[in-house]
Amino acid sequence: MKYIKFFLVGILFGIVMSKAEIISWYRIYEMFKFQSFHMYGIIGSAVLIGMVSMLLFRKKVVRTFEGQDIHIAPKKKGMYRNLLGGILFGLGWALAGACPGPMFVLVGKGVVSILVVIFGATLGAFFYGSLKDKLPH
Amino acid sequence: MEFITQPWAWYVAGPIIAFVMFLLYYFGERFGVSSNLETFCSIGGAGRFIDYFKIDWKQNSWNLVFVAGSIVGGFVAANWLSPSDAVDLNPQTVQDLAAIGIQNAGATYLPDEIFSIETMLTFKGFLVLLIAGIMVGFGARWAGGCTSGHAIVGLSNLELPSLISVVGFFIGGLVMTWFILPLIF
Repeated sequence: MKYIKFFLVGILFGIVMSKAEIISWYRIYEMFKFQSFHMYGIIGSAVLIGMVSMLLFRKKVVRTFEGQDIHIAPKKKGMYRNLLGGILFGLGWALAGACPGPMFVLVGKGVVSILVVIFGATLGAFFYGSLKDKLPH
Repeated sequence: MEFITQPWAWYVAGPIIAFVMFLLYYFGERFGVSSNLETFCSIGGAGRFIDYFKIDWKQNSWNLVFVAGSIVGGFVAANWLSPSDAVDLNPQTVQDLAAIGIQNAGATYLPDEIFSIETMLTFKGFLVLLIAGIMVGFGARWAGGCTSGHAIVGLSNLELPSLISVVGFFIGGLVMTWFILPLIF
């Protein structure tokens, strides 16, 4: 039962990804062509409001529903990891027109071929785990 | 109802995404979708060969439930909240896509040239989908996050690694969109 809230938040996430056309391949293409403000507005406004959330967490104005402090785990440092991993991700993002969140939302939309992309993404995570020690970080 | 059934503007969607992130932290977890890909590997038994995947994946169950919810959300939006499947693109975008071999851009959410069943069943079409996925999965885990974990959470939290990753996302995305996509179709 404790998982129901995550299910409901997931439904909200799926609906907004779909209704704002973030799951549309074309919106990602348009973004990388700088031909629409839509995606920039979405990410920009989410980050601005996210900054306020982070401040409220850090100042302990907001705690979890169980009263615990909220800590945001710091991201792993490393120029190679973040830049090279980021570039590879960006290549895939623009080709698939979907990052991991929208991939799953597209399953709900009934897009069968996105399952190949999800399978590939899982395979990609597996390859990363296999090659991790040989990669620069 | 019309304000729900029409496409949602950026200033509606951005705040709702921030709210989703807020709720996940409020519920004691975090916002990051691509880590589920590693959980899939662990569930599939990858931990038997590679220590990296030897984790107690059950602690990530909440995130799998979140993903399951997002699938249901996608179903709900597509079937009950969206009378039209058209995407109102910049006319220039439609023209640019026609020039590289993608017709009827914006008639539906996705181009048939990549996502139709017929395309998927061709060797090249299957490979495009698979390789796109591999790059997303490999890149996200190498960088330690995707659009949710880096672009939304990391930038909100003023993390330098996330800024570097997002710059990387854009370098990769621009190279694909401007130089590689025109060669594929």
